[in-house]
Amino acid sequence: MATKPPEIPNIAEMMDKIKSGKIFGEIAKSITESQVWTSTFRHGYADTPRNRVLQIASNVWLHLHPVKIHRHALRIKFTWCMGGITFLLFLSTVVTGVILMFYYRPVGEYAYFDMKYLQYDVPFGMLMRNMHRWAAHAMVITVWLHMFRVFLTGSYKPPREFNWVIGVFLVTFTLLLSFTGYLLPWDQLAMWAVTVGTNMARATPFLGNEGPFQEFVFGVSPRYDARSMLIGGSVVGPPALLRFYVLHCIFIPLVAGALMIVHFWRIRKDGGISGPL
Amino acid sequence: MAQAPAPRKKIDEIPEKVHVWPYLVRLEFLCAIIVILLLAVWSITIDAPLEEAANPTKTPNPSKAPWYFLGLQDILVYFDPWFAGVVAPVLIIVGLMLIPYLDMNPKGNGYYTYEERKVAIWVYCFGFLVLWIALIIMGVFLRGPGWNLFMPWQFWDPHKVVALVNVDLPYAFGVRDYWMASFVGAVVTLGYFGVGTAIYMFMERKAIKNVGFVRMFLKIQLILIMIGIVIKIVLRLAFNIKYIWVTPWFNV
Repeated sequence: MATKPPEIPNIAEMMDKIKSGKIFGEIAKSITESQVWTSTFRHGYADTPRNRVLQIASNVWLHLHPVKIHRHALRIKFTWCMGGITFLLFLSTVVTGVILMFYYRPVGEYAYFDMKYLQYDVPFGMLMRNMHRWAAHAMVITVWLHMFRVFLTGSYKPPREFNWVIGVFLVTFTLLLSFTGYLLPWDQLAMWAVTVGTNMARATPFLGNEGPFQEFVFGVSPRYDARSMLIGGSVVGPPALLRFYVLHCIFIPLVAGALMIVHFWRIRKDGGISGPL
Repeated sequence: MAQAPAPRKKIDEIPEKVHVWPYLVRLEFLCAIIVILLLAVWSITIDAPLEEAANPTKTPNPSKAPWYFLGLQDILVYFDPWFAGVVAPVLIIVGLMLIPYLDMNPKGNGYYTYEERKVAIWVYCFGFLVLWIALIIMGVFLRGPGWNLFMPWQFWDPHKVVALVNVDLPYAFGVRDYWMASFVGAVVTLGYFGVGTAIYMFMERKAIKNVGFVRMFLKIQLILIMIGIVIKIVLRLAFNIKYIWVTPWFNV
């Protein structure tokens, strides 16, 4: 059996392909039909109804969405986009926050100087810090506006009562996230704002050392009450810094993140975002 | 013969549901770009504050909580910390969570309407815009040293002296005996809630059967507390009343 002679590319044909642009189609075809491509992307990109569905349903990041929604859910006049923006701002604080964590140590002796270092020596450190702080402040505002919108549209009414309750938890956690982060710069602003805030815990009924009825609870003292549990001492000092750091970076984000998943899930399960029946 | 109204133009040709890809995702994407852009510009132009290092021996005057808690801090002028700092926030959170279970009005679900749920809109707007937002704005811009009130054009004088001429409500009515004053305070406070609840229940007596007693009871308590806060603020500002009810354990 005679071996097939090697195919010699026809230069004229090649030039013709390049000039006509057909070559791009062929390259694209060979890429999108390769094993690497087909194993990565599970469906074609052609704008067919089937692909539109798969685009959402087969993508782990997008599949929190339903594949189809009511037309009215797209109206920005209705949603103000505030829930989505709140989530986006949360994600921005997560990204910038992780970067800040590389440079910041929650120790009384170091924290403030790490802030200075971050601001003056770390490339883009100031920008990261600014984005983190402003996104956090903006998030507080957008979450309030989101709640306001949900109230004005009566979207907490059946069947969405439970999701409203989750939402109230999320508003609370947003404020707690912002408040615990407020202490971390370890400057005068931080220390005294948190002192003012946590001083309130002293007045907790029964459990605060200056609260009503504390005399009826055994063992409540300035060193051992609701406030000292929160700040790990009787004044806002290094133990408070460490506690707030752990709450801020680990505990509250995890709890809030879990609640967000429930919140988004329930939007779908309760029939998509609310609209006129 | 009266003519039948012309049938509404049929809009069923437009499908009720649309694909999330691309219609919603592109919107989210656009929105995300705009927000991130604004955030970047904001972060490039304005630096986050960093004051001098924390110093437990140097208390700034005024010492302010983070801005979003300044509404609560402002209520401290009118209430003791156990209420303004602990009970009030808990009531706000619990009260908000209870809204869907207390608001039994089936109308206005999923669209903007004022006509169909006037009371609900009024209560929420008052609580949010006045008792929360307005007090925050006041706390941020108008509260200076000693937590005294300063107009924007006034100098924040740390030596400003404001005479403390507040008296308790029973004292203002001439009750001088401690226990008698405590009793009068209890009558006024509990009477306010009792009478308020009774009036509401009487006015809405027809609704009790449908809505349920517990719901209506909780609803009116929360509303009475909210109104009570306003009454206390007015009493303090207009009549220099400090406490309404003084007891050995707590003061209201």
